[in-house]
Amino acid sequence: MRPLTYSRARDVDDALALVAAGPDSAFLAGGTTEVDLLRAGVSRSGHLVDINDLPLTAVEDRPDGGLHIGALARMNDVARAPGVVHRFPAISRALLQGASEQLRNMASLGGNLCQRTRCPYLRDGVSACNKREPGTGCAALDGPNRGHAVLGTSDHCIATHPSDVAVALVAFDAVVHTVGAAGARAIAADDFFLLPGETPEIEHPIGRDELIVGIDVPGTPIARNSVYLKFRDRQSYEFALVSVAAAIEVDAGIVTDVRLALGGVGTKPWRAWRAEAALVGGPATEAAFRRAAAVELADAVGREQNAFKIELAQRAAVRGLNQSLKGIRS
Amino acid sequence: MSTTESRQDIRGPHCVPVTVEINGRGRVVDVEPRVSLLDALREHLGLTGTKKGCDQGTCGACTVWVDGRRVLACLTLAAAAAGHEVTTIEGLADGDELHPMQRAFLENDAFQCGYCTPGQIMSAVKLIEEGNATTDEDISEFMSGNICRCAAYPNIRAAVRQVRDAAGGAA
Repeated sequence: MRPLTYSRARDVDDALALVAAGPDSAFLAGGTTEVDLLRAGVSRSGHLVDINDLPLTAVEDRPDGGLHIGALARMNDVARAPGVVHRFPAISRALLQGASEQLRNMASLGGNLCQRTRCPYLRDGVSACNKREPGTGCAALDGPNRGHAVLGTSDHCIATHPSDVAVALVAFDAVVHTVGAAGARAIAADDFFLLPGETPEIEHPIGRDELIVGIDVPGTPIARNSVYLKFRDRQSYEFALVSVAAAIEVDAGIVTDVRLALGGVGTKPWRAWRAEAALVGGPATEAAFRRAAAVELADAVGREQNAFKIELAQRAAVRGLNQSLKGIRS
Repeated sequence: MSTTESRQDIRGPHCVPVTVEINGRGRVVDVEPRVSLLDALREHLGLTGTKKGCDQGTCGACTVWVDGRRVLACLTLAAAAAGHEVTTIEGLADGDELHPMQRAFLENDAFQCGYCTPGQIMSAVKLIEEGNATTDEDISEFMSGNICRCAAYPNIRAAVRQVRDAAGGAA
């Protein structure tokens, strides 16, 4: 690992000032991505501003049925908070199916949203990777790419976003709150993750010196019936090949409201807007679920090793919707 | 708080003294900010019970407790552990009396090469405290962050069950 300097922020203003002061400064929260990528030589941070003393760890129920999650709340604490378990089971399940107990004790929710892709070409430090070194190309296009994305890809990058909980947060219209020199901002979770396009190195619409302070999830009764299903090569401690956050509300056989998002298949946590639109107002049948899933995946681009995800994602979406409908939580 | 005042807090890149409470005892170690808690324990404090497996947060061999929670020492910077309470495998026994989980690992032959064992034990003690050792399925799920290349998993589960049951039934 390259040499580092280190400081501990005493409050949010202090953190912002410390990060702004150095061109290669970065915030240090749980460290599970940053320390790992520093050691791998992928992160080029030269100064770490430790924000773990900041009072941003709350997980609170809001009167509207929603949640406030502090940016430094740890994955395990969020997953097991009663309000999350009861009001947003998909968020709890997504968190508990991510990483391991040790990592969940360390990793913060703000850091989770900012984690880098697990694409091996980014991590190996030598392959062509437009995220690591813009302009070098994307080794995944023609190399081993079984784990890569089929939705939201470009000729410049097909890396998947690795987060589980982000999939559930996107499904429930979470809002990411940040502060920076220019003041506070509220960014819809779906907008917080950028498609790679021609600039895959730009992953979020925030500056290096902008700090996530919290995540709000608006109250929505449908979330109580939500599920999160994860399909992967190992039963535990593994990233998703495909995952799905789903919640559906039905009245007299007709879909009145639905939330659907996919993980493991997109270059960002993938809100299935088109499938949702196809479902609302129609019958809550398996055939309708299949048609809606097909609509969502219609533009998917499969490559040599990952084309199987196109079918798997549709089946996962159908299963997620079925389980939400029948109240089967996992 | 002014930027100038904050800047005086910047430490490194050279060695700086870091004060950490380890196994109930205050220790001062001179390390660069880039040094992990794992390397500080092993290379600077002679506490080699905590093992370095992957050094990238994957294998769990370096599992220690920080403020009573199991975490990975390889992804924790020693500087970031300053002011916190760290417990390592060396802090588990009561004098010459092994911790019940250590004894259970011996009695159940819960290892072969033994390299992952300190991390397994540090995780297993917390697993029971966390209340997630009720079924074999749960034990496997919530111990999945500790890889055993010798695949001693059945006997590791047996050791966990033994301690769980001795502690007064399913957690």
